[in-house]
Amino acid sequence: MAGEKGILIGGELPSSGGRPGMTLELLSIGRKLADELNEELSVLLLGNGVNDAEGQELIAHGADKVYIINDPLLATYHPDTFATATEKALREIKPNIFLMGRSEIGQDVAPMVGFRLRTGVAMDCLDLQIDAASKKLMMIRPVYGGNARAHFVCTDVAPQMATVRPKTQDPAPRQEGRIGTVQHLSAALDASVKRSEWVAYNKWESAGGVTLPNAEIVISGGRGIGSAEAYKDTIEVCAGVVGGAAGASKACCDAGYAPPGLQVGLTGQRVSPKLYVAVAISGASQHIAGMGTSKNIVAINKDPDANIFKVSRYGIVADYKQVMPAFIKKCRELVGKSE
Amino acid sequence: MPLHLICCAKQVPDPETPAASFRIDPAAKKVVPAPGIAPVISPFDEQAVEVALRIKDKRPDTKVTIVSLGGASARDVVKHGLAMGADEGILLEDPTFENVDAFQTAYVLSLAVKKVGQFDAIFCGRQAADFDQGQVAIGLAELLGIPALINGQSADFITDNRVTFERVLPDGIGVFEANTPVLTSYSQEVGQPRYPTLRNIMTAARKEISVWKAADLGVNGAAFAPKTRLVDLYVPTYEGACEIIEADSPAEAGEKLALKLREAKII
Ligand SMILES: Cc1cc2nc3c(=O)[nH]c(=O)nc-3n(C[C@H](O)[C@H](O)[C@H](O)COP(=O)(O)OP(=O)(O)OC[C@H]3O[C@@H](n4cnc5c(N)ncnc54)[C@H](O)[C@@H]3O)c2cc1C
Repeated sequence: MAGEKGILIGGELPSSGGRPGMTLELLSIGRKLADELNEELSVLLLGNGVNDAEGQELIAHGADKVYIINDPLLATYHPDTFATATEKALREIKPNIFLMGRSEIGQDVAPMVGFRLRTGVAMDCLDLQIDAASKKLMMIRPVYGGNARAHFVCTDVAPQMATVRPKTQDPAPRQEGRIGTVQHLSAALDASVKRSEWVAYNKWESAGGVTLPNAEIVISGGRGIGSAEAYKDTIEVCAGVVGGAAGASKACCDAGYAPPGLQVGLTGQRVSPKLYVAVAISGASQHIAGMGTSKNIVAINKDPDANIFKVSRYGIVADYKQVMPAFIKKCRELVGKSE
Repeated sequence: MPLHLICCAKQVPDPETPAASFRIDPAAKKVVPAPGIAPVISPFDEQAVEVALRIKDKRPDTKVTIVSLGGASARDVVKHGLAMGADEGILLEDPTFENVDAFQTAYVLSLAVKKVGQFDAIFCGRQAADFDQGQVAIGLAELLGIPALINGQSADFITDNRVTFERVLPDGIGVFEANTPVLTSYSQEVGQPRYPTLRNIMTAARKEISVWKAADLGVNGAAFAPKTRLVDLYVPTYEGACEIIEADSPAEAGEKLALKLREAKII
């Protein structure tokens, strides 16, 4: 492949269905790669009515250039319209590297576009590096349910594509005085590209205001919780007290102790909060796949050999029923008090 | 018209293998099969077969074909699908199909689907339980030029030419509709797949499984080129030892934990 240059990020705008914070997380890893390669970092924004100020904001957060495509068909996310617009932009911009989030959007669009361009994609990367010798993008991702880690490179194809797991990168900070350009592209989309229709959206009821994906604190229960009542009284109450969200292992959801949708893990939600408390969770690799990047992990488990302790910073080996009431009570006291 | 549904299923090392018996041969960049633990059909693929069979339960004249790309042992996956109730089985087996990447897998599957001919819908798992990429289903749809509806918990035919599909989203269920032919992929929300009945196991044992090689499919060397290469595979180590909080009673440990988290400004 020849002539492809620069790193392009597929930005996400909450206004068109994107994941909040994803673009800034991509900008921080994108900036690192761009500086290492000494290439330009740009962002592609899709929507309808996206303005230059939104582009300038991303420049302040590390982008050198922002491309905007406004089209009525991009007002709300649809895999077909977003993939077609992204594909068009990639054929025009010809980047060396194209990054997206492994969000709901990235899960559809990255493979669609990768296959259309006959290039390589690595999904759900925890880290991206530039290989010193080949200058290729080294894409590092969990495999085998998190039991193993794999490094991939693209063969002689372009762009090198990866999706980055949400919450694994710190958001790029805002810096005053950065300058860059905003350029508008056209996708000239035709409604006929849409091959499916989104006819209804049945949202689950969420207990509190804090939802799992953006919670700073997550309290999760496992199979060892034992009943739906105990889940409510221990996990949900504790989450409420510390202002966090309640989560669960797959076994806990499957048993009906926790509502569906609260499952954390490989095939559930991916979280990376400041604090993750795993109560009566054994720590299967598939569970760790969804929370292993949390800043502080605490495990409460009666089995001293439980795998969860391997990834934890603090642990208590005891029956949770004897630990949690005192923990919750103390938290209530402490959190009630101001600093 | 009777419906024709095609299920794609992969054989993987049993994902429930305890972490302690999980081994990698770093030089070969391969998983060492845990002794005594047989490989299985990838769980999401099994759930995809289940959804196809639920449609067949309602419309018994539906034909369900199961296709697996893999080594000779992947025959077990095809047999499992037949024993669950699928009608026909196809094994895509060729020395050149070993160590294929997501692109190559989807490419070979697309040739197989074209060789099968007429179909209404394809059923895949959301991701294989070995490489967890979640690309092959979408890629297969792209190569066939049909829409992909992914990460589902159920699907049904509204008419002979239109499906309704429930996608699992982080905060709820999105209901989608698309015209056939369509590709769909499934997640664990499908629920427990059916166990093969003794009768189905017997019938399945008598069924002939077609084996298609690269040459049968017309695999084209240039189009078959891999897009990614695995350069390293290892078991990650977690740094940082866990501090076990000791106290006279579990309740006191709980209080201590809260104090520690407060001191560290975590809560
Ligand atoms: C393809 C695939 C995908 C998967 N995806 C996910 C996923 O996304 N998320 C997920 O979580 N799992 C997932 N799993 C399942 C995973 O392998 C485990 O089965 C699951 O995480 C186990 O949940 P658990 O830790 O709650 O239950 P268990 O493994 O049964 O552990 C229960 C724990 O509770 C402890 N305990 C019991 N009673 C008490 C008590 N009174 N006090 C203190 N401790 C107690 C026990 O010591 C034990 O450690 C997946 C599996 C597969 C094959």
